[in-house]
Amino acid sequence: MKKQIEFKNHQREIFHFRLRLVVSIGFVIVLLAILSARLFYLQVLGRSHYQTLAESNRIAVVPIAPNRGLILDRNGVVLARNYSGYTIEINQSKASNIEATIDELSTLIDIANKDRKRFKKQLAESRNFETLVIRNRLSDEEVARFAAQQYRFPGVEIKARLFRDYPFGEKMSHLIGYIGRINQTDVQQLEDSELAANYRGSDYIGKTGLEQSYESDLHGTTGMEQVEVDAGGRAVRMLSSTAPISGNTLVLSIDAQLQEISEQSFGEYRGAMVAIDPNNGEVLAFVSKPGYDPNPFIDGIDPQSWDELNNSPDVPLNNRALRGQYPPGSTIKPFMALAGLNYKTRTAEEAINDPGAFYLPGSSRQYRDWKANGHGSVNMFKAIVVSCDTYFYGLATELGIDNIFNYLSRFGFGKKTGIDLDGETSGLLPSQAWKLRRYQQVWYPGDTVSVGIGQGYSLVTPTQLAFATATLANDGVAFQPHLVKEVRSSRPGESRFIASKPLYNLNIDSRHLDLVKRAMVGVTQPGGTAVYASLGTPYRIAGKTGTAQVIAMKQGEKYDAEKIDERHRDHAWFIAFAPAEKPMIALALLVENGGHGGGTAAPIARKVMDYYLLGKVPKALRNEEVREVGEHD
Amino acid sequence: MIKRLLFRRFVAHIDRPLLTGIGLMLLTSLIVLYSADNANWEQTMKQALNIVVALACMWLVANLPLHYLMRTAVPIYLLGMILLIGVALFGEISHGARRWLDLGILTIQPSELMKIGVPLMMAWYFEKNEATLTIKNYFVAALLLLMPVALIVRQPDLGTSLLITASGFYVLFLAGLSWRVIGGLVIAGLASAPVLWSMLHDYQKHRIMMLFDPSQDALGNGYHTIQATIAVGSGGILGKGYLQGTQTHLDFLPERTTDFIFAVYSEEFGLLGNLILLSMYAFVILRGFVITGNASTYFTRLMAGSITLTFATYAFVNMGMVSGILPVVGVPLPLISYGGTSMLTLLLGFGMLMSIETHKKLVRT
Repeated sequence: MKKQIEFKNHQREIFHFRLRLVVSIGFVIVLLAILSARLFYLQVLGRSHYQTLAESNRIAVVPIAPNRGLILDRNGVVLARNYSGYTIEINQSKASNIEATIDELSTLIDIANKDRKRFKKQLAESRNFETLVIRNRLSDEEVARFAAQQYRFPGVEIKARLFRDYPFGEKMSHLIGYIGRINQTDVQQLEDSELAANYRGSDYIGKTGLEQSYESDLHGTTGMEQVEVDAGGRAVRMLSSTAPISGNTLVLSIDAQLQEISEQSFGEYRGAMVAIDPNNGEVLAFVSKPGYDPNPFIDGIDPQSWDELNNSPDVPLNNRALRGQYPPGSTIKPFMALAGLNYKTRTAEEAINDPGAFYLPGSSRQYRDWKANGHGSVNMFKAIVVSCDTYFYGLATELGIDNIFNYLSRFGFGKKTGIDLDGETSGLLPSQAWKLRRYQQVWYPGDTVSVGIGQGYSLVTPTQLAFATATLANDGVAFQPHLVKEVRSSRPGESRFIASKPLYNLNIDSRHLDLVKRAMVGVTQPGGTAVYASLGTPYRIAGKTGTAQVIAMKQGEKYDAEKIDERHRDHAWFIAFAPAEKPMIALALLVENGGHGGGTAAPIARKVMDYYLLGKVPKALRNEEVREVGEHD
Repeated sequence: MIKRLLFRRFVAHIDRPLLTGIGLMLLTSLIVLYSADNANWEQTMKQALNIVVALACMWLVANLPLHYLMRTAVPIYLLGMILLIGVALFGEISHGARRWLDLGILTIQPSELMKIGVPLMMAWYFEKNEATLTIKNYFVAALLLLMPVALIVRQPDLGTSLLITASGFYVLFLAGLSWRVIGGLVIAGLASAPVLWSMLHDYQKHRIMMLFDPSQDALGNGYHTIQATIAVGSGGILGKGYLQGTQTHLDFLPERTTDFIFAVYSEEFGLLGNLILLSMYAFVILRGFVITGNASTYFTRLMAGSITLTFATYAFVNMGMVSGILPVVGVPLPLISYGGTSMLTLLLGFGMLMSIETHKKLVRT
């Protein structure tokens, strides 16, 4: 009985156990089904998605920065170049204590205080995780010394890089400009103009001068290298690559030798000169004195040197040729004369009597001539040759400001010339509308009188005046002034020439032109205001002197250069073109605080023209033919 | 003739279907390991050695008559408990957890021992009280389970404690724990989930959270899951080919030779390879259930069932974690992952299965 119950129990037990076993098998089947479903989902449905992810995991695109284009003068002289050298750089994110690292480094490598300051400044301005240069141009010995100790410096590395170098230093500074490290503002601009992709891998961008205005040509196209990387980001092998395309070479219309002679001829004077080939608008020399050495700016100038440059009373960082605005003074007179002839206000022969001053009808206010007792009987020709103020006071009054404005603006006064440099200023050609807008005042007849001799509200830039002079020299056919003659591409067929077609023709009556040009030649002949300019030249120079007042003279006060502080002396102008019959060069030249144009400005112009037209090298320069390049710090 | 007899004697207690399944998986393990270790022989050779040792132990256990097996239950369990208490008091701390015990000559992880010790002890207990099973006995068995689990949770080692809980629960389930109690436990478990959640360590919570959105922490804890999922998914239907897995060979996969070896396999052999692997698991598990069904005593039934179900659970948890449906807990893929201890534990289990299968005729009364 008992045994039977046990047996029955045993049977039941087995049955129950088998039931549980079946449930267990079911459980395992469910688990396997869940897994299979998940794997099907991942490997069949999600296949392409995950394959893409795996690819992007393993492939990194490494940009290869292109070589920046060179800048050459019209004869192939190198004005901006690249050379390879070593820098020592610190990776912010990898180096633990930057201060300590630099201290430690300075035991191996010479790190000047200047370098430290510059580094600090960059650190403050840099993008995070950027690698910053602590020192440039390491010597081979320094490279070797560091290499042996590199393990001590995590995050510090030596890099071979191409450096930008400006062999002419400050002589071309305002023209060439410089490149500098890309900062936040640049990044923003690049992103806005959707160029950011092309700057992956680039550290530098043009900041001023041609380096800035031709940035898109000089930079080139960034290449790409597709590499397989591991999880640590190390490149394992290269998959494909697109070579970078080097930046285009700029061939300037500038003649480096002419530029140098021009710079030298200024001596210690501050000032500016723009020389243009009137036949095509090519700028032959573009001077702004003083200049500055652009080389230290490339990797960031140290704060002390920067302060020196920035606070200097000579304002070396100001591009006077492009941005300096000065009253044109008497250099406006040839253009005024053309206006007078154009509107038939005066004929060439019509003479006035100059008693030494001009009075507006019904006014006692005296507008003095520069010559106390006047020039006597003066016609248009003589008025230009002797720079008679009284003649032009009257002419301006008779023309009226509206005619003056209309006519002079044709020569580009009051407008940017559109020269291929960024940051040009437009000068100021006053008009009734302008005065009302600016001062909420009506135009007075007295305002017109001053405009007649290029004073009063009038302002021009050297570039503008050079353009106007070139247009006059070329008989009213205006060419866009440009510094770059050719953009030369490394790829055939993609080189291009810059603007050599005329902008417009003013259609000036040839008799009018003939008179004014003859008078301008007279200026440089005995009896003219710039007689020294052409003494003994085999070619004839047409010119006009000018004086821009720095401080206004009170009624009745006499200007005495000796009595006045040097920086308050008048600026000297000289505009000229030569040879007068068939002009090949036209220029505008300003000597700051140079006094009278004929005395200081014209002799500089003479040297420039002598070289350009005759190949004459001034004595002082002859021994400097061999120049050392590449050693700028 | 003698040779043949000797051989017959040698393989008498080996279950051939089970050995075939296991052998195929061990071969797979060596093949995958070679790739996971970036085509280095080092880990593959070590694993081969592990396998040889573990197989020898399996053979020994398989030859062990069942009453010996039963006799080891209490000592193993007690030893395990002592060691667990020792770990809690004097254990080595590694990676913020106290799991290892340094015994001078060797460091051991007592929780590994308990993977076998707990179900063994519970099965022994049920066998002892077979004739007079009441609800009280289930309660005592549960206690035998929860004591070591509590110690392991404290280490903290959530993965192992959950797996031991599972293996103990399988014993209770197979021993006939009433459906009502199971239902009650499930409800109680769900109800106490918030409490349990609050008891978890931050990193444990994090791992579970990560499951729902691994991208939340793509470079931290989510990284493993994301990279493993990418590896599995990018394997596609046919896989990238042996030694061709980019996720594997470019170092994107963490723990490639151990916990995440399934990702390596999946990436290189694709869905097709996975289905073959799952079939191998299914085959071994099915054989385990057949042995369970044939088992003659209460103890052997419980033991065989628990071993089989635990094996299935390990496989599921590992593959689930690698393919991103379970949180990352440190569970190796059984029979495939590199590692001597887990290999030994597993093969000891299979040795018991073989012993159960091959000794039953002798014990049946």
